[in-house]
Amino acid sequence: MDNIVEVRGLRKEFGKTVAIENLNFDVKQGEILGFLGANGAGKTTTIFMLLGLITPSKGSIKIFGEEMHSSRVPILKRMNFASAYQQLPYNMLVWENLYVFAEIYDVKNSKKKIDDLLEMFELAHMRKKLSGSLSSGEQTRLSLCKALLNDPELLLLDEPTASLDPDQADKVRKIIAKRQRENGMTVINTSHNMLDVSELCDRILFMQSGQVVANGSAADLLEKFASKNLEEAFITMARSQLVEKV
Amino acid sequence: MNWRVIKALIVKYIFTCSRNNFRVMDIFFWPVMDLLLWGFVTIYMLKVSNAVPTMITFFISAIILWNILYRAQQVVSVSFLDDVWSRNLLNIFAAPISAVEYVGASYLVGLVQSLVVLVLLGTLSYYLHSLNILTMGLALGLLFGNLILMGWSIGLMTTSCILRWGTNAAALAWAVPGLLQPLSAVFYPVSVLPAWLQPFAYCLPASHVFEGMRQILAGGGVNTNHIVSAFLLNIVYMALAAWLFKACLDGARMRGALVKYGT
Repeated sequence: MDNIVEVRGLRKEFGKTVAIENLNFDVKQGEILGFLGANGAGKTTTIFMLLGLITPSKGSIKIFGEEMHSSRVPILKRMNFASAYQQLPYNMLVWENLYVFAEIYDVKNSKKKIDDLLEMFELAHMRKKLSGSLSSGEQTRLSLCKALLNDPELLLLDEPTASLDPDQADKVRKIIAKRQRENGMTVINTSHNMLDVSELCDRILFMQSGQVVANGSAADLLEKFASKNLEEAFITMARSQLVEKV
Repeated sequence: MNWRVIKALIVKYIFTCSRNNFRVMDIFFWPVMDLLLWGFVTIYMLKVSNAVPTMITFFISAIILWNILYRAQQVVSVSFLDDVWSRNLLNIFAAPISAVEYVGASYLVGLVQSLVVLVLLGTLSYYLHSLNILTMGLALGLLFGNLILMGWSIGLMTTSCILRWGTNAAALAWAVPGLLQPLSAVFYPVSVLPAWLQPFAYCLPASHVFEGMRQILAGGGVNTNHIVSAFLLNIVYMALAAWLFKACLDGARMRGALVKYGT
């Protein structure tokens, strides 16, 4: 399997704060990688660097074999992202938002695509509603519709189920898993929801203070940290690092 | 450059504007108010003083042309602010949109809005003040083109400042044209300005446009020097604005400011 993402020696400083320190990882085609870590561990900063929204202070990011900083537009055309904290413009209708992004991502037969996605995420009846009038869970699902518009080869998700009820979160996980199986889509998923990570992810990177402190499958991490479940492993990893620092 | 992306951004602007009556008012209401207010002031001045009758022609034409520059500038700055205010900046900059496409779309919307304002104010001034701006002939196109270019470059420079200093600098989108207006010799010749200010005035394309406009309206024909000077200055300002925008965008990506403004 080819590497879709190659990150080497990544470092990001904001003033005197080091957010990411010597980050190295690869993501293989069709893999679902989970980023785990406490708040401020650097997960979202890494996602934003992969999207070209933040320029690294040092190191390189290669996606689809091309350098992000020099081939931003062609790379972004083949990927997409969704975040529970990033909504689409509130002053446009649901279908208008999706239409604009379908055009931007050069989606063929965009009307059918939009209808299918709205149906899939149970938002078809909201088609002509203002995006700003949607509940936070509906807005998150709308953001996921946008993220799947162009059938991305690489999908970046930042806590995609954070504002969803357990039923909707389960449906979203199933949709992502299904799309991954059907299209071989690669996914990088940051989440604090251990169910998301254990159900969806083939491999997990555990980040702390901008560095990867553990890397492996859910089973590997459970064994390594002698934990019964991922939540326990998460707490063990997070606290062991803090104890070391103290 | 992908025209489908540019079309999508223009459609986004139309969707956003069409749902906001205040934005539509901003586009049409203020230029019309300007025209009415200054038109009546000028008529009054003619009645109470010995002002030359061409004064009203100068004033009304100046208002119409200034609004062209103002519209072109506003669209560029405010469409960026729209993305900040609607928290859409992340979606836009994480999408396959190049800086040229993003700015190009706002330039095109600015051009169309300026044309609409020109037609609207031109028609109103014909019926209200018996002034036919078409008497300027083809030169009107040259003046219009130069003002559009200057509006675009000021718009891009103010957008760059907002990228650099954040939404605290949003007021610049409205302040900068006001700041430049006295130096642009919109309602009076450059010779009225203090001697030390005149060289600065001649560094602005707009002052050449308005000097050229007055010469045409006074029957002095088209002054090619003014038109060419304005155009050459516009090339310099456009290049400067493009460099500034790229530098500020790169800086915003380095500081993580796009993420900060976008969430």
